[in-house]
Amino acid sequence: MAILLDGLSLGAIYALIALGYTMVYGIAKMLNFAHGDVIMVGAYAILTMLTVTGNPWLAIVVSVVVCTLTGIVIEKLAYKPLRGASPLAVLITAIGVSFFLQAIAQLIFGAKSQPVSLPSLGNVTIAGATISVGTIVTLVVGSIIMAALTIFIKESRTGRAMIAVSEDKGAAQLMGVNVNKIIMITFAIGSALAAFASLFYLMQIPSTQPTLGAMPGIKAFTAAVIGGIGSIPGAMLGGVLLGVIEKVCLSIPVVSPYTTAVEFSLLIIILLVKPIGILGKKRREKV
Amino acid sequence: MSYFKNIKSTFKIKNHVNYIGVLGFLILMMILANFGVLTRSSIGLLSRIAYSIIMAVSLNLVVGFLGELSLGHAGFMCVGAYIGCSLGNILSQSIDNSLLVIIISMLVGGVCAAFFGFIIGLPALRLKGDYLAIVTLAFGEIVRNVFKNLPYFGGAMGLNTKPYNTKELYIIGFVVVLIVLILIQNLIRSKHGRAITAIRDNEIAAKAMGINVTFYKLFVFIISAFFAGVAGVLYGNFTTPVLYTFFSYNYSIEILVMVVLGGMGNITGSILAATLITFVNFELQSNLSGDLAALRLLIYALILIVVVLFNNAPAFKNIRAKVNIRAILAKIEKPKKPGDISDDTAKWDVIESKIKMNEVLSVDVVDQINKAEKEDV
Repeated sequence: MAILLDGLSLGAIYALIALGYTMVYGIAKMLNFAHGDVIMVGAYAILTMLTVTGNPWLAIVVSVVVCTLTGIVIEKLAYKPLRGASPLAVLITAIGVSFFLQAIAQLIFGAKSQPVSLPSLGNVTIAGATISVGTIVTLVVGSIIMAALTIFIKESRTGRAMIAVSEDKGAAQLMGVNVNKIIMITFAIGSALAAFASLFYLMQIPSTQPTLGAMPGIKAFTAAVIGGIGSIPGAMLGGVLLGVIEKVCLSIPVVSPYTTAVEFSLLIIILLVKPIGILGKKRREKV
Repeated sequence: MSYFKNIKSTFKIKNHVNYIGVLGFLILMMILANFGVLTRSSIGLLSRIAYSIIMAVSLNLVVGFLGELSLGHAGFMCVGAYIGCSLGNILSQSIDNSLLVIIISMLVGGVCAAFFGFIIGLPALRLKGDYLAIVTLAFGEIVRNVFKNLPYFGGAMGLNTKPYNTKELYIIGFVVVLIVLILIQNLIRSKHGRAITAIRDNEIAAKAMGINVTFYKLFVFIISAFFAGVAGVLYGNFTTPVLYTFFSYNYSIEILVMVVLGGMGNITGSILAATLITFVNFELQSNLSGDLAALRLLIYALILIVVVLFNNAPAFKNIRAKVNIRAILAKIEKPKKPGDISDDTAKWDVIESKIKMNEVLSVDVVDQINKAEKEDV
């Protein structure tokens, strides 16, 4: 039970990150490798604000703002000039941006991991299992954010413009959608979600280092692919699935050293059996 | 002048510049080492350069010629290093000749890595671009994770190897580099090489022309993995213990940086970039300490972003045309004659880039063509 809840809350973190990947992929048709490092930026923003002001709420707000700005700046400087260039070029630039963020963080804050002392929320006992309140908060807030995002995309004007751009960029432009603006908003939302992910991540592992975002980033991408990239419910499903699998694997002594291998093998198997992912939509390539 | 032209018609220096360069470099270094000019650490650096070149050239085969991004190249190197070197350890007990041992272990390490290249090549047939990149990345992590936990290969402590004599290793390394270059360049210039670049340029068109896309994709992955495995054995003979942490995602990216800096699909560029980056790396490592080591990451990041932006961004097209070395060289070699058809390609370039940008073929493009024709006259 405790393992399952832990897995669910880790899954919620992965899902939040995976949402950023999947939204950007759906709309800009690019894999934003730097997304994981935006989480790291968020974590350092929280750390800095906590040490300066000591107010956790302020830290959260500032980290959301910083992440959103980072996302927008990355998009403007690195990805926008490459619109229309080959996907390979965009992918390599994204890797470059990811390295850039890591290097800057290391130059400013140092390579050592630094403890982040978020106020402890304590534990509760449900049905005989002790669970930290942080886990529950992660689950609840994560679900609320995801629900809100789904409603936003389905109901609001901007959200529907996003769907239009992801379906057909050219047609959307002809219909009067400002494609560049929509892509920018997508990056902003994805990065804001990454800020929340960094908050929840710090609640589970209260320390930060420049490479903090790399592994969760790659795993969240795995989750996005498993769920079907470009699909928002798919990202949530994939994230939760991967989180639970990771925690279950970690709890079995024989398998636990090979957890990473298990997760990535799952990715390869899914891609081989169903390359579009569980909830993905098939696209035909037109000649 | 005509004398030189005659030589050129039979023996094109352009085709052999890589071999001559590498061989000349090796001989120069051997002479310098013989006279004791080189320190021990710079001789070690030479071995590093050798395996970096092999890695960069073999990755270039996948990225530059097949047009697929592989982020797990270090994984193949890891397989080669672990398996080849553990075999080397066993062999060295019964065979005295260390040269023979290293050759056998290179071949076996290469074949084992090639086998994994085959396994990774299989999903490559169904996946494209971003998906394939992530699968190769996942593969690299899986390999690292598995070798870290196998007690036979020393687990988290790494595999203890018997380093080859550093004073001779670089010679073996550069001889292997030469062999790799001969194999890869001949491959690229053959019918098969053209098939591979055809797949890169347009897979559907290549298929329509009767090219067996499945076969060639697998083939490239296997060849590239084989060479990475060989480089892994060289690495294992250079340093001990062979530790899984070396073959990280970051190292795969380091090789990618070499390929990107040298130019995708440019073998000479890969060689030069691999040499330069390994050298810079070495200097930074010995001079920087602590957090300043991040400067290395920063340099990589800037190389990746700046080079790719410059080479691919539609906004820089005019500047690119001005500083294109090949175009300038072509102009120097052949003075322009009126009605020279060689300039046709430039025109096509304009049209192609317009279409690529998903713009409707419109008056704009026709204007461009007219303009290009006017400039021609």
